[in-house]
Amino acid sequence: MSKVKYDADKGGYQAHLIFKSVLIYLGLIILTLICLIPIWILIVNATRTTDQIIQDGVSLIPSTHLIQNIKTLYTNDLFTPFYDALTGLKNSLIIAGSCCALTVFFSGLTAYGLVVYDFRAKGPMFTFILAVMMVPTQVTAVGFMNMLVDMDLLDSYIPLIIPSIAAPAIVFFMRQYMLSSFPLDIIEAARIDGCSEFRTFLTISIPMMKPAFAVQAIFAFIQKWNDYYNQSLVLVSGKKEQLTMPMIVQKVISIDRNADYGANYAAIFLSIIPVVLIYLFLSKFIIAGVAAGGVKE
Amino acid sequence: MATAAQRRIKSVSYAKYGYIFTAPFFIVYCIFMLWPLIQTFQLAFYDNGVFEPLKNAEFVGFDNFKAILFGDSNEFSQAAVIHEEFLSTMKNTIIIWVGNFIPQIILSLVLAVWFTDLRVKIPGKQFFKVVMYMPNIITAASVAGLFLSLFGDSQYSVINQLYLSGGEGREQLMLATGVWSSRIIVMFIQVWMWFGNTMIMLMSGIMSINTSIYEACEIDGANSRQTFWRITLPLLKSMMVYTLLTSMIGGLQMFDIPYMFHTGAVINDNIKTVAVFIYELFHKNYMKPSSGYSAAASVILFFITGILGALVFYVQRDKDAIEIKRKRKAAMKEAKRKQAMGGGLGL
Repeated sequence: MSKVKYDADKGGYQAHLIFKSVLIYLGLIILTLICLIPIWILIVNATRTTDQIIQDGVSLIPSTHLIQNIKTLYTNDLFTPFYDALTGLKNSLIIAGSCCALTVFFSGLTAYGLVVYDFRAKGPMFTFILAVMMVPTQVTAVGFMNMLVDMDLLDSYIPLIIPSIAAPAIVFFMRQYMLSSFPLDIIEAARIDGCSEFRTFLTISIPMMKPAFAVQAIFAFIQKWNDYYNQSLVLVSGKKEQLTMPMIVQKVISIDRNADYGANYAAIFLSIIPVVLIYLFLSKFIIAGVAAGGVKE
Repeated sequence: MATAAQRRIKSVSYAKYGYIFTAPFFIVYCIFMLWPLIQTFQLAFYDNGVFEPLKNAEFVGFDNFKAILFGDSNEFSQAAVIHEEFLSTMKNTIIIWVGNFIPQIILSLVLAVWFTDLRVKIPGKQFFKVVMYMPNIITAASVAGLFLSLFGDSQYSVINQLYLSGGEGREQLMLATGVWSSRIIVMFIQVWMWFGNTMIMLMSGIMSINTSIYEACEIDGANSRQTFWRITLPLLKSMMVYTLLTSMIGGLQMFDIPYMFHTGAVINDNIKTVAVFIYELFHKNYMKPSSGYSAAASVILFFITGILGALVFYVQRDKDAIEIKRKRKAAMKEAKRKQAMGGGLGL
């Protein structure tokens, strides 16, 4: 009797679980579609001519006019004053690349200094880093602008790149990581072997901290690549040869209504391709990084 | 006991390296962030006008703050206009933030619970996570452009094409300029961009809960609803509060989408946030900026953020460590008291 009841219960439980899985799956698929459909429509429309977009309406099947649309971006008078995807790509790469390298290297160095050495200012320094971690860029922007005017640094990449040496949140993350998984004995060993302090950092600490460095490098790169706020703040004159990818896209979308739709889509498409490709290759690290560090802009 | 010589050898000091290694960070921080912050505070007390205010601007005390917070009895004065605009942008910021946070946290929480449910096997979990996080890494400018072409006012935007083909004689929808439609679209974009991030953070929170608690629940016959309300949610509380507060701080800085979600040159007033307001004041005409108002609004924003940040600290503080410290202190006191009672005879 009891055995039968147990089996029946078990069947019910299994059925319940299957039902639940199906429900969850359905929900996940819907959300996936919501995430992907806008991007898919973008890709499709980037490959269609303006006439096709206007006459045939919405479509989910790509066409073959991507190259033509890109050509329009380079020849149409609406776009030529500012549009040059390659220059934008190059500028964004210069800014994001050098920011990323500086951020990771100097954050690692600062965190190393705070973890490995004992000195009087250590405590206050760490408290300071914690305190300024949450100060938003927007709050200091007026003073920053004032300073740039004062120092004649507008329309220059220096104020975009150099500040990335000081990234409190990343220093904090690296410090936590070092405290939990960096054996200090190894530094003692290096000292006994006569290795200089800086060389210890370069040749022992960095290789051992590779996972943390990699995750932070990816985040720093993406964040700086996407950082429209500071770029538009500093590059006030918007010279064509200085524009970055987000600024170019902003200019494309703020053109008034009569723009070429196909070209418009193509411009946005070209701007998201590099980031999406990087993301797809590194998604595993990125997601692990979000889970580990609570990285929120 | 160590001899003097031994002590000298022992005290080879590496402290100077601590200063050398941390120096670049602090030098750059002071030049590019601390100094601008100080200047923002200074500018807030000076008249509007050209930059480099300390050379040729007038000290006006708290006038800028008064103008922003209380306006002016004369409706047409600049102070009154600024006051109005500050209030409306603050209102927009709060509306958009609330409207994006509530759906986002519910969605993320549900997803996080689904993904961490031990009983349900979800094949392709990683794929779903990758897709759902993807909107977060796309440049905000591109996202704004993408959604403008989906929901824009043009009759060839995706939504209008679908709507107009639905029946004869329909007028095109003006979603991107409408009061509530534009706000809802911005909320939707914010949710779309951020729910993956929040989900992964909450997931790591849930996964840090001891699985044996869940196993015990299952053995005791708790269903998933009970498990969620009685176990997951209470144990996730500090993580949720952390998410709430960081999202608030992020919400106050919301800039990119509200700034760029418009066709043409004029920013939609219904979605203009405080960050956009501040930015426009000093940047639109940067040779003759409203630097005083802009700085004063920044200072107000700074203090709001500061309060929220202090709350984050309060929530995040290590309760166990504080408890241990408290106990140790009590024990020390007790020991001292005993020592005193023992007539100064230490052990």
